[in-house]
This record gives sequence, C-alpha cells and structure tokens, in this order.
Amino acid sequence: MTPLLRVTDLARQYPVATGARQRMLHAVDGVGFTLAPGRTLGLVGESGCGKSTTAKLVLGLLPATRGRIEFAGEEVSATRDRRWRALRRRMQLVHQDPLAALDRRLPVGEQIVEPLVVHGLENGSEARRQKALSLFEAVGLRPDLFSRYPHELSGGQRQRVVLARALMLDPGLLVCDEPISALDVSVAAQVINLLQDLQARFGMAYLFISHDLKVVRQIADEVAVMYLGKIFEQGPPEALFHAPAHPYTEALVSAVPTLQRGTGQRIILRGDPPNPVDRPAGCAFHPRCPRVVARCREEAPALRPTSDGRLAACHLVPTAGNAIAAAA
Amino acid sequence: MHLSSAKVPDRSVRPDPTFSTAGSQRALLNLSDFSVSVRGDVPVVRGVDLSIGRGEALGVVGESGCGKSITWLAALRLLGPGVTTGGQVLLDGDDITRLSERELARIRGGRIALIFQDPSSALNPVQRIGTQLREVLRLHRGLRGAAADAEALRLVDRVGIADGPRRLRQYPHEFSGGMNQRVMIALALAGEPEVLIADEPTTALDATIQAQILDLIRDIRRESGMGLVLISHDIGAVADLCDRVAVMYGGRIVEAAETQDLLSRPRHPYTRGLLAALPSLDGPRRRLTPIAGTVPAPDRMPPGCAFAPRCPLTVEDCRTQVPALALAAQDHRAACLRLTETAIVPALPAPAPAFA
Repeated sequence: MTPLLRVTDLARQYPVATGARQRMLHAVDGVGFTLAPGRTLGLVGESGCGKSTTAKLVLGLLPATRGRIEFAGEEVSATRDRRWRALRRRMQLVHQDPLAALDRRLPVGEQIVEPLVVHGLENGSEARRQKALSLFEAVGLRPDLFSRYPHELSGGQRQRVVLARALMLDPGLLVCDEPISALDVSVAAQVINLLQDLQARFGMAYLFISHDLKVVRQIADEVAVMYLGKIFEQGPPEALFHAPAHPYTEALVSAVPTLQRGTGQRIILRGDPPNPVDRPAGCAFHPRCPRVVARCREEAPALRPTSDGRLAACHLVPTAGNAIAAAA
Repeated sequence: MHLSSAKVPDRSVRPDPTFSTAGSQRALLNLSDFSVSVRGDVPVVRGVDLSIGRGEALGVVGESGCGKSITWLAALRLLGPGVTTGGQVLLDGDDITRLSERELARIRGGRIALIFQDPSSALNPVQRIGTQLREVLRLHRGLRGAAADAEALRLVDRVGIADGPRRLRQYPHEFSGGMNQRVMIALALAGEPEVLIADEPTTALDATIQAQILDLIRDIRRESGMGLVLISHDIGAVADLCDRVAVMYGGRIVEAAETQDLLSRPRHPYTRGLLAALPSLDGPRRRLTPIAGTVPAPDRMPPGCAFAPRCPLTVEDCRTQVPALALAAQDHRAACLRLTETAIVPALPAPAPAFA
C-alpha cells in the first residue's frame, strides 16, 4: 500500500550561541518513517527527544533543515502558500491543552464551523451547522453544549470539541501531540476510546506523540522510540514493550511503574539525558547505557532491520543480515 | 487563618477511625475528622480520617480536585488566609492545629518534611544550593560553620549528586529538573524528618528520571526508617513504594487498604473504575473501561455519595446518604452502601494477572 505519510531523513537544527562560538542544536536528526492510511504510529521519548519538533515539521509548521516529507504523494513544505493550505486541510493537529487551542470568546459550536468557512467549503450556514452538529454528536457531546463557551466545559469536553473541529475537514492525518496528558485518568480513558472509535469510523491515520508508554501501547499499531533527535527503535508495540531490543527502550519500559510488576528488577539509568547541543560522540546514548562497548563511543549505529523485522539503532542488536549469516 | 472546629468527634462511637496496619502501636501522624473549606464555605476536604505509623509508607491517590494535596497542605497550615480547617492533626498524639505559627514552623521541615511536584519553584532561585541547605541545618538542627558544611556535603552525596563541593556553590537554574528534585529531597532530609510528605514528586520528571527518584526515596526509607505520605495521581508509582493506599474522591477517603489488597481486590466502585480505566503495559491489550462523566466541582458536590452520579451500582439511597468508611474485609475499608455487591462481582472486567 502506498503510505499516506513518508518522512525521509528529516532534520531540524537550531543555532545556539554558547559564549563566543555558535553551535548547532540538533532537535531532529535524520528521522524517517512511513504511515499507512488509517493506521497509528506512536512517537515516544523523554522531553527534548524531538518528538514534538517532528510533529511540527510533518505539518509544515516549521521548515526542515534537511530531508523530505510526502503526504499523499505530495511534498510538504513550510512555505505558506495555497498548496500548503490545501495540504493542511487534510492534516490536522490536536495538542495537549485544549483551552489554549480554543478561542475563549467564541461559543464552541462556532469554532467547529469555522474551518469550513476558512477553507470555503460546504455552502450555506445551515449545511455547515448540520455537519458541525453531527460531528459534535460523533465525539460524544450533548447538542445543548453547542452554544457554550470553552470555560463552561470540562477538560475532557474541550478536548472533544478540538477533535470535532479537526474532523470537520475530513482529514487523512491527525497529529496528536500529548492529547490526553492534561486529562484525569477516568477522562483520559474516555478520550482514548473515542480516538479509537473515530479512527474506525472515519479512517484517518494518527501520528500519536506521547511520553506515556501505556497510552501509546493502547492506541498505536507501530511505535518509534526517540532519543536526542533520532529514532532508536521502531516496531509493533507488543514487540517493543515486551521484548525491547535497544537498551534505551529496555530502560524506558522498565522505568514505567506498573501495578503488576514487582520492584527491584528496574533498570536505573545514571544521569540525565545529555544536552542536545553537546551530543556525545558515537551513539548518543552511550554515556548512560548499561551495556556500552568501545565501539559505541566512536561510531553512531544506524537504524537497521533486526532479525524479527523491527528496526533498532544499536551495535549490540544483531541485524537481519547477520542473523541469517549466523544461521547459515 | 486557622479555625479549629468546635466539633470534636466522639471517638467511642466512630468505627475505628485510626485505620492503620501499625496495629496497636500509636500512629505517628493521625488526621482525625479533618476538613478543609476554601473561599468562604466551599468544603474541599470533608472529614478525613487517616493515620500513618512510624516508618510506614502511605499512598494517597485520586484525580485532580479530590482533595489529596490540599489535605496535607492544610494540615500543615500552608494554605494561607481564606482557608478554614476542622478536626485534629495529631503528631505523636499532640494536636498540631493548636500550635502557634512559631511552634508549627519548627515541625515543618523538621519532624515533617515536604517535597512538591515542581522543585525549581520550591527552591529559592537567587540562593546557592549550599546556602539553602545550611539554612535548614541551622534552623532545625542548630548546625553552623564547618559542621553545617560537612553535613550539607553528606546530604547532597546521599541523594546522589556527584561533585558536591562544586554543586553546593551552584544555583537551582544550573540543575536539571531531576537534580533539583534531589536537592529538594536533601533539604527535606536535612531536618531529619520522621515523615516525608511527597506531593506528586515525580510528575514533572521524565520516565527514566522518575525511576531514579522513586528508587532514591525507597533507599532512604530503608536506611532511615522515615515514614512517607506519597500523594500521586499515578497508582503505579504509589503501588511501587507504599505499604498502604488511600483513595480519595470528592474530598473524602472512599477506600483504604494494604496496597496489594487494594489493587487486586478493590471494593469501592470508584477504585474499580480507576483501575479499569488505566491502560497497561502488560497483559493483553483490551479496550479501556472509562468512568462516565467527570469529577464534580467542589461547590457542586452532589448530596449523598459524591460518586453516585457516575457509579454503575447507584441505587436511590446513594443519592441521599453519605456512606461511612466501613470495614469491607480485614484491614480494608470502603465507603460505599453497595459493598455486598462489590464482594461478588469480579474486580476488573478482564481479571488482572495475580499480583505477585
């Protein structure tokens, strides 16, 4: 199947002045993935790993320093022309704070209608209103809330409004950047289920960004783990979370406190993630890696297929070719 | 402003309010019919009975607005004017709500230490870490000069901050979030507390750093026997560290039990709802079972059981009667009129793997 979204060698750098000399912060450094229509790719990682920058690059909200983004066969650029607007109609963003995403002075119903007006779609205000109301219902909001203002709704209801508005333009891709992080447990579960139901009904793909592995496992068909601007491991959630190949994924998974797992087997990484301006030579993870070998300090491992089909960027993980060679 | 309520509960008729696994031993810290109201007369904590034994770790969980943080902040009179409290806060049997501001200040940071979610806003940004540590050591332990310096160095080393002599001369902005939380823990330890109240101590931190901090708190407890009250929305973090868990909803404790007991055999419909709503990393991937509706605002608390409008087991009585925290099983209490129902129904829609 042709992918809906194809990202190749994507990079974004920021110049940073440290003292007299100028250096580069590599926020995203050579990221590549594809996303098929109607599927969900989860991007996970700790703060500063570049997952949100990747989202902005994909939507053409930020110009890339290097690399290529194709959406439905068309190249996405950050030049805000007519072509960009036409593409952006089919790629929508949902982020963490719905109150910030909504206009506090407009009733939520009007805000849901607005995208149709902006893009000049659907003739007649009644037709627009009908479409808005049907989506209002699809996201599980009572019609009487249509004329309310954002501050009159709860956090979960606001996030539903944002979702309804994003769906007004029948997008092929929804980029969700920590969409449930600000919600309480009981409400977060409602929104997770809603996201799954909406995908089943309308068929859009999700690029789902979160620091919460449990939420990503719940919703994603495929997961990419990022660290300092690079993808370290990518594959199906069950493979990644139950049998991580990369030592960083392993540490990240073991750091999640779960109800079932006992304590004591946890891998505790030393130190903080390094400053992205001062990236360690070789593998960026080597100063914290419990399994570091000499080669890791000199040579950055490439993201390669492993014997079970996932991708991993680690010298210690056998690649597909090597495994076959070993078996022969 | 602190106003002690005139309403002192008759302890003889209350069903064992000092629920504790510490058994007959007197509780170190005991909240008794403790209540908090804000902005005139909006009750946010509505009669909480909790106790923690010496060296015990108690987890307090609940969603935002349930009163889990405000209970402890109000107990230590940290909320400023406009807040009224009722009931007792007993530290080793003495009611600290009756203490003067000066006397209470000796206890805060001394016998009872606190750490918060956002360490960088709890630290003084214009003072060096060493200065802040020495201040606590002087106020609470009377250490000065070389003795204070040596103790400060020992403390930062204890919380895992390398290169102490240099780090003590630095300011909070020169530390990462995880490192600042270590500094906060060092400040808390400086007063040699008998109990540490940790309010969402790892919520603002990344996963791998959160693991480091939880591990550090566990180590310190093992070594010093310090008690712990861990306030968190993350049941996983609480399960990891605590002997006992209290679940709060609408300003009340709705269930309290030993951790494993609470997780494997929850009795209150709210606790069950919370556990069923949580995604998991282990076991088969199942559709989440959310709790319908949202948490009610404190000024719009329903009469009767606060959870009744969202509860799948509600009957007419639930809407009018406030259920008392009653014995549901051995060392297990729940405030629900329908406890006989929850004894039969399996704990979770898909039974969780046995808690080993």
